[in-house]
Amino acid sequence: MGLLEGKKLLVTGVLMDSSIAFHVARLAQQEGAEVVLTSFGRTMKITRTISRRLPTTPEVVELDVTSTDDLDSLADRLREHVDGLDGVLHSIGFAPPGAFNFLEGTWEDASTALQASAYSLKALAVAALPLMHEKSSLVGLTFDAQFAWPVYDWMGVAKAAFESTNRYLARDLGPRGVRCNLVAAGPVRTTAAKSIPGFETFENTWGERAPLGWDVRDAEPAARACVALMSDWFPATTGEIVHVDGGVHAMGQ
Amino acid sequence: MAQDEQQVLSGLAEIVNEETGVDAADVQPDKSFTEDLDIDSLSMMTIVVNAEEKFGVTIPDDEVKNLTTVGDAVKYIQTAQG
Ligand SMILES: NC(=O)c1ccc[n+]([C@@H]2O[C@H](COP(=O)([O-])OP(=O)(O)OC[C@H]3O[C@@H](n4cnc5c(N)ncnc54)[C@H](O)[C@@H]3O)[C@@H](O)[C@H]2O)c1
Repeated sequence: MGLLEGKKLLVTGVLMDSSIAFHVARLAQQEGAEVVLTSFGRTMKITRTISRRLPTTPEVVELDVTSTDDLDSLADRLREHVDGLDGVLHSIGFAPPGAFNFLEGTWEDASTALQASAYSLKALAVAALPLMHEKSSLVGLTFDAQFAWPVYDWMGVAKAAFESTNRYLARDLGPRGVRCNLVAAGPVRTTAAKSIPGFETFENTWGERAPLGWDVRDAEPAARACVALMSDWFPATTGEIVHVDGGVHAMGQ
Repeated sequence: MAQDEQQVLSGLAEIVNEETGVDAADVQPDKSFTEDLDIDSLSMMTIVVNAEEKFGVTIPDDEVKNLTTVGDAVKYIQTAQG
């Protein structure tokens, strides 16, 4: 029996087949889950085409996580496809180019990054909550926000807010039995990553610093952790961050 | 499996037309995607994933930036089809 047999999952963030969320959806289906994807605006068409590369072609529902209308109507629109959600994956990140220059970045750059990349975890949780139940699991993806990194800048600040949002959600959703956890992934060469000017600085050093080594072309380790956190095998874990980074976070240099 | 240049060109033109509304007849080998056909990066991504599906090839992201003209893309697809 698969790890997610019979579970119904909402997976945001599938853009290309390089997307971390694509690999979560793929593994989740292999492990027995039924998956519904979200996408938005002009990327809907790309997501639809890419979704046909999954083992089973899933439904794709529109969700711009910064749109109140999309969020408010999400549960009703999802009910056309599923009667409940055992898991929700938040795999969404966005920052305008100006956010990757810390001293020059404007409040508009920073606030856009914060809304789309941090507040969106709360927004998605609340939007999906009517379909969630005791033992449902919300999982998001972060990039370790304990440190100031090269080039990550306001996106790094947004990730710090995102990690804090995860803890507050754990507090407020815990009484309903809903878990909320993050996977802190090492760098993976995705569309979002490549849009960060100077992303290669991460790529080049990560493998050398990671005691286990690290492959920037392999999203599967991070995706496996997401699947595990959505399974029944972390029943008492919430507000947690699981590092899937080859061990970099634990090293002194 | 491999298609001739004209087949690939007309298949690609169909995809470009569907994504951007550009007249399929204007999608000619010497046309630049960005300069002449005014295609932005998101449309280019859409065109690439649809071309991958239609022609049964893989076009890695790193390759896409080398495909300046329609002719470059046609050539790439033909080579990838083998
Ligand atoms: N790639 C990495 O190196 C890495 C490392 C750690 C964490 N992460 C995180 O993983 C998550 C997924 O990113 P990825 O690397 O797979 O890149 P990706 O580009 O494949 O995915 C990012 C997704 O965010 C979506 N998105 C952006 N704005 C949105 C909005 N307003 N509403 C709804 N969706 C929106 C995009 O459509 C896209 O599907 C992000 O949170 C990212 O920060 C990535």
